[in-house]
Amino acid sequence: MLLANILVAGLLTGAVYALMALGLSVIFGVIRIVNFAHGEMMVLGMFGAWALNRFLHLDPLWAMPLVAAALFLAGYALQRGLINRFVARPEHMQFLLMLAIAIMLTSAMLMGFGPDARNVQLDYAFDSYDLGGLLVDKVRVLAAGGAVAGAALLWAFFRFARTGKAIRACADNYLGAQVVGLDVKRLYAITFGIGAACVGAAGSLMLLLVDVHPYLATDYTLLAFIIVIVGGLGSLGGALLGGLLIGLSEALSGFFIDPSMKSMFSYGLLILVLLVRPQGLLGRRL
Amino acid sequence: MGKETSRRLSRRAFGRGAAAAGALVAAPALLRWRAGAAEPVKIGVLLPRSGFLALIGQACQRGCDIAVPVLKDMGYAVELMNADTESSPDVARTQAEKLIREGAHVIVGAFESGATAAIAQVAEQKGTPCVINIGSEPKITEQGYKFVFRNFPTSPMLVTNGLNRMKSFFETTGTTPKTAVLMHVNDTFGQSMLAGINALAPKIGLPFKIVETIAYDPKTRDLSIEVAKAKAAGAELHMVVTRLNDAILMIREMVKQKYEPMGVISPGSPGMYEGQFLKTLGKYADYCVSNVPWINPKQEMSQTLEKAFHKAYPDQDFDLNIGFSFEGIQICADAAKRAGSNAPQALVEALKATHIEKRVMIGGPIRFAANGQNPDQVSAAVQNRGGKPLVVLPPDSAAEKPVFPVPGWQQRT
Repeated sequence: MLLANILVAGLLTGAVYALMALGLSVIFGVIRIVNFAHGEMMVLGMFGAWALNRFLHLDPLWAMPLVAAALFLAGYALQRGLINRFVARPEHMQFLLMLAIAIMLTSAMLMGFGPDARNVQLDYAFDSYDLGGLLVDKVRVLAAGGAVAGAALLWAFFRFARTGKAIRACADNYLGAQVVGLDVKRLYAITFGIGAACVGAAGSLMLLLVDVHPYLATDYTLLAFIIVIVGGLGSLGGALLGGLLIGLSEALSGFFIDPSMKSMFSYGLLILVLLVRPQGLLGRRL
Repeated sequence: MGKETSRRLSRRAFGRGAAAAGALVAAPALLRWRAGAAEPVKIGVLLPRSGFLALIGQACQRGCDIAVPVLKDMGYAVELMNADTESSPDVARTQAEKLIREGAHVIVGAFESGATAAIAQVAEQKGTPCVINIGSEPKITEQGYKFVFRNFPTSPMLVTNGLNRMKSFFETTGTTPKTAVLMHVNDTFGQSMLAGINALAPKIGLPFKIVETIAYDPKTRDLSIEVAKAKAAGAELHMVVTRLNDAILMIREMVKQKYEPMGVISPGSPGMYEGQFLKTLGKYADYCVSNVPWINPKQEMSQTLEKAFHKAYPDQDFDLNIGFSFEGIQICADAAKRAGSNAPQALVEALKATHIEKRVMIGGPIRFAANGQNPDQVSAAVQNRGGKPLVVLPPDSAAEKPVFPVPGWQQRT
């Protein structure tokens, strides 16, 4: 039963990791820009959910659509106004641009919210379901449920919506998309907006599990990179699988070997995947 | 001719004139000397007000800032020159040099051991006195420094005092657990505490056996696995060495996983007495015990300080960071007043002769041994009760009686 508890906790945490990494995967898959400000955007989403809870008493679960919408608009404006100018430039310039945005976001959050860790007080924060000895954390169930719902929405959008199909066309063949008259700049802006919305939604859910402070960002950027590289950069299914695998590997290594070695096993998994299948578990062959 | 003769300068007149001129020239210097005695002592305060230690650094800064008006009411004149170490020893070093260059008579700092070692070295090189408010690295006062004074226990003192206090805690409550699990943060502080516990526990004769030791990443996002492992160990006592965020995560997981040991106790680490811990966890923060140096609620000096502090900062915690930072400034002010001068050597001699009875923290009068270390620090058992950290031991400083074993998570109101 103890092992079952560990496995369930690992899978539920992995589901939230997956939603966080989806945004990174979507942006890279289409625009081919590596978003080094990913963690900072998620922390911004966490602060957004915190502010909605603090001032409007909104549960982070209900704040999730609002935060996602706000980050969609911010992401759209950022891509349209700034990042689009760098799409055709060398990769090192893109890296520097995204790093600069990351540093500016952290500084802005420090100025706006200060260095203190902040959290939300919820009635159900300490609840867990007891399923015949199997203890399942209620907050993690809700967060994982939100993550799965977010991923399903994203999948449906790219599969069935006209704009979603157009974005996929841009990702498949940039020149072809231009030739057939697609407004690529607008589609890129929508894509970045969707990526940012995913991160914002993940931030709202993450606030249920972790206290937020501006310095949290770097860890999450790194974690998101590990997940999408393990799953396959640009693959939505890969990001989901990567998140679940990292969640499970952290749980199992922490329990059977040493909790201090949780991160080591995540990086070990990353190296193994890069050696055996460099394109990631579900990524396209490079 | 006679007029001319009378105008000629005689030797006597010359002597009088020279004396008068000398007095005139010397007057400003004499005035300066007189003013020098009353000139406020300039204290360079070095704290990590930004970076990863910003939260505690800012708390320490509040302790220093509130010292100025409180000490003024007591007849001391001090002036603070503040600098931010940015949670980095390298920045601490350059900032200490800058403060001394700009005229600081004495420096105070620096909360974190690395930064504290750096500023102590600068103080020694420049011949400027340095008073350590918080910083436990033992080597700082073991290398023959002549300008460095520390009013904070070293790590071995912290562990020894904490373990001894734990022992007396169980003796007082009449219930002694037989087994314990130790969960500790895996950073320099956590490792040095672990080494101290392992080395000192047999000597002190701890009444329980540590059956499992679980280390975790200081930047952890999740402690569910670690707590599951601790619960599986089946020990009676949950002993911890934490910082703030991990302490919150740990208790949250203990409640969710229905892990109910006889109590949660720290031999001497931050986290469980801090305002954010109490506010975030509410009733679940109650009954956790930290064995740490603490403010003596029964001292007149601490009562005066607390009143002034809450007037200036109504929403901030009044804890040991405030107490030790206040005492750092108090020590400098006291030395300057007794020295009657802000000259480095005079301040050092006065610091060596420090004997402050009216102090804020629990323990004997503030004094310094030949190596510059205050040897008379003690740890109190601080138990969270009704959302506040209260002293429960030693009995002469206690605000409440200790409770152990503690009520279950769901039996609290």
